[in-house]
Amino acid sequence: MSAPISAIREPLITGSKTYHTITEDICGPTERTPTTAWVIAFIVAVTGLALYVFSVTWTIWVGIGSWNLNRTINWGWDITNFVWWVGIGHAGTLISAILLLFRQKWRTGVNRAAEAMTIFAVMCAGQFPLIHMGRLWLGFFIFPYPNTRGPLWVNFNSPLLWDVFAISTYFTVSLLFWYTGLVPDFATVRDRAKGLRRKIYSYVSFGWTGSAKHWQRWEALSLVLAGLATPLVLSVHTIVSFDFATSVIPGWHTTIFPPYFVAGAIFSGFAMVQTLMIMTRKVLKLEDYITLEHIDSMNKVILATGSIVGVAYLTELFIAWYSGYIYEQFAFYNRVMGPYFWSYIGMMGCNVISPQIFWSKKMRRSILVTFFMSIFINIGMWFERFVIIASTLARDYLPSSWSYYSPTWVEVCLFIGTLGLFSTLYLVFMRVAPVVAVAEIKGILKTGGDQYVGPNIKHGNDHKESTHH
Amino acid sequence: MKQESTQVLYGLYNDEEVLLHAVKKAKEDHLDIMDVYSPFPVHGLDNILGLTESRIHIAGFIYGLIGCLTAFLFMTWVFTRDWPIIFGGKPYFSALSFIPITFEVTVLFASVGMVVTFYTICGMGPGVDNPTLDDRITDDKFCIAFDVDNADESKQAALRQFLTDTGAEEVNVKSI
Repeated sequence: MSAPISAIREPLITGSKTYHTITEDICGPTERTPTTAWVIAFIVAVTGLALYVFSVTWTIWVGIGSWNLNRTINWGWDITNFVWWVGIGHAGTLISAILLLFRQKWRTGVNRAAEAMTIFAVMCAGQFPLIHMGRLWLGFFIFPYPNTRGPLWVNFNSPLLWDVFAISTYFTVSLLFWYTGLVPDFATVRDRAKGLRRKIYSYVSFGWTGSAKHWQRWEALSLVLAGLATPLVLSVHTIVSFDFATSVIPGWHTTIFPPYFVAGAIFSGFAMVQTLMIMTRKVLKLEDYITLEHIDSMNKVILATGSIVGVAYLTELFIAWYSGYIYEQFAFYNRVMGPYFWSYIGMMGCNVISPQIFWSKKMRRSILVTFFMSIFINIGMWFERFVIIASTLARDYLPSSWSYYSPTWVEVCLFIGTLGLFSTLYLVFMRVAPVVAVAEIKGILKTGGDQYVGPNIKHGNDHKESTHH
Repeated sequence: MKQESTQVLYGLYNDEEVLLHAVKKAKEDHLDIMDVYSPFPVHGLDNILGLTESRIHIAGFIYGLIGCLTAFLFMTWVFTRDWPIIFGGKPYFSALSFIPITFEVTVLFASVGMVVTFYTICGMGPGVDNPTLDDRITDDKFCIAFDVDNADESKQAALRQFLTDTGAEEVNVKSI
């Protein structure tokens, strides 16, 4: 860390923290009894979880017929939700991996929670294709294992199978990356604990000692995992987009899908990170670690990716017209003017127009605006997937099979249920693990702490900082 | 884990820069440091300590290569030898469409392999309870440890003196 520290850099840790106060602030919430806010949130989340269990059970008991899918519209809320959840997951990996490679120090405030979000979001996403298979108990058929039917292998040329590999690899790698980062922090919690609590954290901290050689290997491992996760995260949503792009359905069969999906994924993921971070920092009183500077930085990413998505929407329309291919032209006419025009308006309004507010620095640094924008964007990105899936399928090649789709209560409850599952997992995570990477925050204290950089600099320290370290 | 216990003399420092100076001094004095512990990775420490660069990325490359070959050759074998089927009029050996899965399996093998290797070579794993010198090392203390199993009184006194002189706030002996 010999890089010079710019005097105009905003501090990333406020409140003149010391190493010990960082430990106290971040490990403290896991040691105290939960706050009322947490308990209320947990009750709501568990209610959602119960709804999830109920609607999954219902779907499996009654069958997929309990959903409103039909011969024409065979993908509905299920795949919309799948793509939406997978997309949300992407911001976690982007923050932890890509920003690590770019040496962006602000990532340390939010990476732990964002990675947790990734893992929980991918868990929610995975439900939908599995349940949509109809016979959930035969789900293992999707893996190429030696079987008594030949062996008859899966179709390795199918994007749906690529998806299986992409999502399961993504989940595994994210989990390993996240947990490896957690191990030193669990050791910190362990060393503060007594009795049974110490035994539990001793078990999960894998015997971490903080030895110099271990730290060196840990950093090397993190860097290589980041290097692997970066192309991985791009590949995952690329492959998700192949589910559509490799088909011959007008409106899906486009080469713009991979970059457009990846940008959209990052966009929606950052919005979800904002939603979670604004609540987390408030509930756990972590305003000194997740500062306005962090929120500002993430809003810049949201503005950039939102605009990329906007350009992609317009490019699609232009190319549809320019191709001279009437089926493609009709598909896009139908998206904008057809029976689902309201979802197209929702998508454009929430994803393209509303994020433009973030050109203003004042808006980027407003908690209230950011919070509402993050909800808007998540709604908009859900609409985007719904537009792509439902509006395209509703008007296929054969006008006699044109149809309209709206979900049954089971599908709606299943979606709300996954929100409950996600929130429950996140709230439990908030209770048992440090939500900010303690060791990494300590590592940037001397280059990001407000007693060392920024306007509140204390003059006893600055010469020490600028010469070495 | 370890059955034999070692007598360890260690000093706790409050700041990583003081620690770096102390380690540098110890190296100049040719003192044999057993290990250095810190609550977060201290940059430049591995150079001063003379630690060789971690080779975990080489292991990762090898695992990735194994994953890559496994996936690609397996799919090739399935579609050209074991059960050739024509999909969409494409050749049996449609290498381009093998790329996504080959890539995913490469990443999977490299990541899982590296993580397993990391915990194995560090002697860590679920439920492993390695002895630690002080609970504050994972909080805000930086520690230099000397193995004093075979050191006599005067050698120990010299090491104590060294730790205090270089700015250690506390010097203790513990058997781990």
